[in-house]
Amino acid sequence: MFNLVEKRRWYFLISAMLIIPGLLIMGYSWTTTGAPFRLSIDFAGGSIYDLAFEGDVVSESQLREVFAANGDDNVIIQQLGQSLQRWLISDIAIEVDNREEVASLVADAVASTPFADVVSVEERDNMFIIRVDDADIEESTIRDVLAEFIMDETTIEQVTVTGWSVRGSFQNEEVVSQILVQLNELSPIDRNAFRSETISSTIGEEVTRAALFAVLAAAVIITGFIVVAFRQVPNAFRYGVCAITAMVHDILVVMGAMSLLGLLLGWEVDALFLTAVLTVVGFSVQDSIVVFDRIRENIPLRLGEPYETIVNRSLWETIHRSLATQLNAFFIMIAILLFGGDTIQQFIFILFLGLLTGSYSSLFTAVPMLVSWEKGEIPFVNQKQALQEAS
Amino acid sequence: MNTHIRWLIVIVLLSVFCLWVVIPSDEDFELDFNDDGTPDLVFRAEQPLGLDLVGGLRVLLQATIPESEFETDDLIETANSVSRRINALGLSEATIQVQGGNRVLIELPGVTDREQAISTIQQTALLEFVDFGGLAGQTERYIGQRILTDVQLELQTLTEEQIATRLRSVTDEPFVTIITGSALKAASAQLDQQLGASWAIAFEIKPEFQQIFAEFTASRIGQPMAIVLDGEVLSAPTVQSELSSGGVITGQFTQEEAQTLALQLRSGALPIPLRVESAVEVGATLGRASVELSIKAGIIGVIVVLTFMLLFYRVPGIAADLALAVFILLNMALFKLIPVTLTLPAITGFLISIGTAVDGNILIFERIKEELRAGKEMQEALDTGFDRAWTSIRDSNLSTIIICGILFLFGQTPGASIVSGFAVTLALGLILNLFTAIIVTRTFLYIITGIMHDAIENHKWLLGA
Repeated sequence: MFNLVEKRRWYFLISAMLIIPGLLIMGYSWTTTGAPFRLSIDFAGGSIYDLAFEGDVVSESQLREVFAANGDDNVIIQQLGQSLQRWLISDIAIEVDNREEVASLVADAVASTPFADVVSVEERDNMFIIRVDDADIEESTIRDVLAEFIMDETTIEQVTVTGWSVRGSFQNEEVVSQILVQLNELSPIDRNAFRSETISSTIGEEVTRAALFAVLAAAVIITGFIVVAFRQVPNAFRYGVCAITAMVHDILVVMGAMSLLGLLLGWEVDALFLTAVLTVVGFSVQDSIVVFDRIRENIPLRLGEPYETIVNRSLWETIHRSLATQLNAFFIMIAILLFGGDTIQQFIFILFLGLLTGSYSSLFTAVPMLVSWEKGEIPFVNQKQALQEAS
Repeated sequence: MNTHIRWLIVIVLLSVFCLWVVIPSDEDFELDFNDDGTPDLVFRAEQPLGLDLVGGLRVLLQATIPESEFETDDLIETANSVSRRINALGLSEATIQVQGGNRVLIELPGVTDREQAISTIQQTALLEFVDFGGLAGQTERYIGQRILTDVQLELQTLTEEQIATRLRSVTDEPFVTIITGSALKAASAQLDQQLGASWAIAFEIKPEFQQIFAEFTASRIGQPMAIVLDGEVLSAPTVQSELSSGGVITGQFTQEEAQTLALQLRSGALPIPLRVESAVEVGATLGRASVELSIKAGIIGVIVVLTFMLLFYRVPGIAADLALAVFILLNMALFKLIPVTLTLPAITGFLISIGTAVDGNILIFERIKEELRAGKEMQEALDTGFDRAWTSIRDSNLSTIIICGILFLFGQTPGASIVSGFAVTLALGLILNLFTAIIVTRTFLYIITGIMHDAIENHKWLLGA
């Protein structure tokens, strides 16, 4: 059996190489931006508007002007996706009951062309508006497909859709209304594809407090849980400390990565990030427990063997399980990353990363650390033990 | 073997029930025990979807005055006024909740016009005393209905629809308002002096409005007068005599009704002013796209997991796959039955629980393989595998369940409510997994190995060993 535990110094080195740069990046981010990560409006308060303009192409400076005119001259603006061509068929005569039928009629018609895309059927003031995102459809095709619903007042026009995301400070409702009126004047906003969120600093502070409390509670309860679960094993406390170390290891890796992604891609720490981190903690402890459990079982079975051998054996015995389990979780996460919507992708990515370091840390941090501890290789603890033995 | 057959029957019945719950149906399930034509038990399982999936508006309002200056009842009454106004907008699926000591949370699925919705909510409540002259004996049909008055048209911004649908007087004109809530000084519930058992509401009118009220009541003795809050007729008492400084509204009120009405009269004029602390609006198209993508991702992920288990663990893999199918059905049925509101994070939590649901099976199967390699007989290896893996499965799942508990509590903070859904579905998945990984998988595995006994004895690779 290959001795995995023997190489423990290498694992600790690898961990350090992951964690230390992360800490440096966080430090750099802290000195330059005032926080180790970019904080989202969940924690910092503020506003976000995701806008899809239908009609004239709206430029970044026009958006900036609108917000500046309403007292917010420091907004962050990002374009969302590519501009696309859209057919707007307005004032069409559909009975409400026929809505689904018309939607599928349009969908079928669009599906026969090579560049089919989103269709939405919206009711506005008792009239219907149909949206077809496809530049290659001819107006005549639309007229044919929808012939029975088209009236004299029906208009069919081709517009350009441009998506923007604007992130600003918290505005009260009167200002929000004003901003929306002015944005709508630039070019009509598609309210079906609109998202806005405003969070006051009071709420942000509450979330921050709750988040810190959640992290603290998780640390305390999980430590307690491990100590209780391993109470019958000699040195139960050690298992607790090693599992917690693995957990802190994972948190630091994820935080470092998030800090870097914040600087590079503008990723923000939000309530879901914290959720991902705490979930990672849960899984990390889960992994550590499975290996520890095997050590717990193997100790009385192999009394003659040195501790290091028992640990190594336990590690090998559980490694299949660890890998197979991780693999399945990864299948699901990769599927969501590849095929799921963008709104959840940062969350899944962090979870994925956390799970990866979680598997690594329980096998290559928590378990080797138990051996190091047993052998008195951990500097501070070693001295303490020596002192105890001397007295 | 007998116990396994019994378990199999339980599992099959459970799965059929879950499948029946999961398949969407437009009809209620009704049970009529005593055959009287009216159902005694109506059951309808609908999957509630969060605002991020159906689109809509969520607003968190907070009192602008300090908590010490009002009572909890006042806040509840404020929430009720908000609720009345939302109903007036014709939104039936809205939910309004009082949160903490000074907040009201409103969820309006399908609303995509935050400007109008919020301005309607924030309007000051309008209490009116309306002339119902000539309607003596017909007031019943107005109570609980919305009526249109001249003052509403003057003071409020009503939508076209509201103006069109609110009831008008017999001459098709708006009703005439005599005084509004701003003319009231006080209102309180009291026991009716004459009737003794019934309750009444005493109210006082500010001096500057007393003359108008006196003239009106003098001319309408014996006729009804409506008390209207935000357009809705609360009651229509009959004017008994000329009133100037105030009066008593009598009716067959219970104590509770009288107190509520008094509170409405008092606070109708000015409930606790509210300000928006947080608002989220999501367009319907965005939500629909998210649902479709999540379902697609989920299906692909599940297929990969099923295939992996089958290839890697062979016969036990079949058992695990069947157990996973039961697991998914159970989860989806419970989402409807509990019910769990599905949001995007909640769906993600569920998908991740699917990914980890096989963990229990993997622990057991790896154990079985080890026991087989150690030379044990198949039956013995299976028994040991299930026995030994249990503590590991229990302890390791518990740690994540604890974390879910913490996340759920974190999600109770209004600004982090998105987290709760994830915590609930993940925890539910982990708990169900304790059942499916052990009992369901074991049942399937013992039955399959029972049937395929000889084949497996001769081909150990079928067990993945």
